[in-house]
Amino acid sequence: MSNPYVPLLFLLAIGGGFAVFSVGAAAVSGPKRYNRAKLDAYECGIEPTPQAAGGGRVPIKYYLTAMLFIIFDIESVFLYPFAVAFNQLGLFALVEMVLFILTVFVAYAYVWRRGGLEWD
Amino acid sequence: MPAMTVLSAPALATAFKPADVDYSAIAPMLIVIAGALIGVLVEAFAPRRHRHVIQVSLALVSLVAAFVVLVTVSADEAHRGGTLAQAVIIDGPALFLQGAILLMAALGVLTMAEKFGGQGADAFTPMGAAVPGSPHEAAALRAGLATSEVFPLTLFSVVGMLLFPAAGDLLTMFVALEVLSLPLYLLCGLARRRRLLSQEASLKYFLLGAFSSAFFLFGAALLYGYAGSLYLADIATAVRAANGALEGLLLPGVVLVLVGLLFKVGAVPFHSWTPDVYQGAPTPVTGFMAACTKVAAFGAILRVVYVGVEANRWDWRGGVIAVAALTMVVGAVLSVTQTDVKRLLAYSSIAHAGFILVAVLAFDRTGVSGTMFYLVAYGFTTIAGFAVVSLVRQGGSEASHLSQWAGLGRNHPVVAGVFAFLLLAFAGIPLTSGFAAKYAAFAPAISFGGRSGVALVIIGVLCSVITAFVYVRLIVLMYFTEPPAGEVVVAETASPFTTVAITIGTLVTLVLGILPAQVLDLAERSSQFLVK
Repeated sequence: MSNPYVPLLFLLAIGGGFAVFSVGAAAVSGPKRYNRAKLDAYECGIEPTPQAAGGGRVPIKYYLTAMLFIIFDIESVFLYPFAVAFNQLGLFALVEMVLFILTVFVAYAYVWRRGGLEWD
Repeated sequence: MPAMTVLSAPALATAFKPADVDYSAIAPMLIVIAGALIGVLVEAFAPRRHRHVIQVSLALVSLVAAFVVLVTVSADEAHRGGTLAQAVIIDGPALFLQGAILLMAALGVLTMAEKFGGQGADAFTPMGAAVPGSPHEAAALRAGLATSEVFPLTLFSVVGMLLFPAAGDLLTMFVALEVLSLPLYLLCGLARRRRLLSQEASLKYFLLGAFSSAFFLFGAALLYGYAGSLYLADIATAVRAANGALEGLLLPGVVLVLVGLLFKVGAVPFHSWTPDVYQGAPTPVTGFMAACTKVAAFGAILRVVYVGVEANRWDWRGGVIAVAALTMVVGAVLSVTQTDVKRLLAYSSIAHAGFILVAVLAFDRTGVSGTMFYLVAYGFTTIAGFAVVSLVRQGGSEASHLSQWAGLGRNHPVVAGVFAFLLLAFAGIPLTSGFAAKYAAFAPAISFGGRSGVALVIIGVLCSVITAFVYVRLIVLMYFTEPPAGEVVVAETASPFTTVAITIGTLVTLVLGILPAQVLDLAERSSQFLVK
């Protein structure tokens, strides 16, 4: 039997070879015309600004919103399968689910009391 | 082939059977979780001026209560074994390490509670989100804000640490790894002084930690592909059966999982975060992290290695032996050139991780007990050591540069004396816990580790000599060097919290050095892993 790691080595070689080939081929065959826009930061279509408002920092509000989204996102991820199988799961799972939601609400209460829900 | 049976299992079993839960066995974890959640509610609803007192008492009460329950539960053999569908295995090593983590965490909380008698002097920034040096930060300081969230965060981290060495399958282990790591990343970035350094430490720890978690997860996926199960017991069965077809997945899986775990203990070459994070993090957090994370992570390593993949250890043992040797040598040699006390202790902790790996590699029950004893001895000494570091201050902030420690022994004989004693324990001088621990770690390696075990012990002893030189040099600096002219370095009078923490840490270091038999015996009786 051949060594089981040979396919892995092949994969590694193919992966590395592809990367080297692509970069190399582009460097050799591609036209190199200078254009200012090429040196700009990529901003998916918007004119890039040198600094975001507020001294280059992204306001922490965005981060809070993202965190809040994750909290409720995860909650609903767990609620769906629970709801689908609710009939078979019985009282035990209901109690567990209530405990889980209460735990999530602890985080929610913290965010609410500490002003995380106010935009300004 | 085991993999196929699982892949062809029906998507949703028709009859749902809830998992059996032995609530007593997991009660310590539940108590700490409850404490952490109540702590979050306290942050939300309690008036600001009472929060610190409530949080400290809540954290201490839940940790001590969890420890008492743990001791009660461990007395009853009926609570041993797997619970929660074998996701959590409560056996001797798990109980021993959980007890150690709870006690050390309580000491860690005591050191975090230190306020040096006033506003604006604890180790944590008043507002983590304010830019260092900004008017925003100054306003937060004037308003007397405090980050008392550190206590619930610590409790959450402790929950992960309790679960880590008790995890019966790799997925639970991964969840525990994340639960213990995420609060730590945050805690590292909350230092009051030198905040940029602290935030840098936090970011480095987070990025490298996320990287190592990915390694662990990828390794777990490969092991699942190999064994068709994430349970360590099933992986062990599959390894023993060794039926060829998917054999190629086993070794990469084991290696990747071990990389993820060795990162957490700071073994070379996965140690690069250790000095920066230990230096940048608030000193009480460094002490807590250095002690408790090591205990938890070595617990997980022991379980993966001894329960899961011991049968094919001849395939991967060589790599771990090399890691252990490198860890000892790099930790010891680089500690010689350090000029910062916290970095010095960080490199010393790397060397200690190497010493502990020597015991792990014995592949014998005495290796398990040696590892566990070493972890207890090292943990208590470390927490006390970092607590002393947090006392030595100049102009309101910590004086961690070695030159500032010159002549400390003349002005503050007690503080310097305690620190010297702890350093001797790190060095492994007889009559300290360090000596008993090194003996407990190296003896099984000589008896059961074969030729490589003897070689590792020789390297270990040589490295101990190197580190001893470093510690003795620091002691000489404290006692036989003139204090720097014009600089006023003082050892602040500690509050009862820190005093108790340092006293307990030092006493344990002393008692384990003189009378180690009791704890050694307990470690030995607790060294049997259960598979189910």
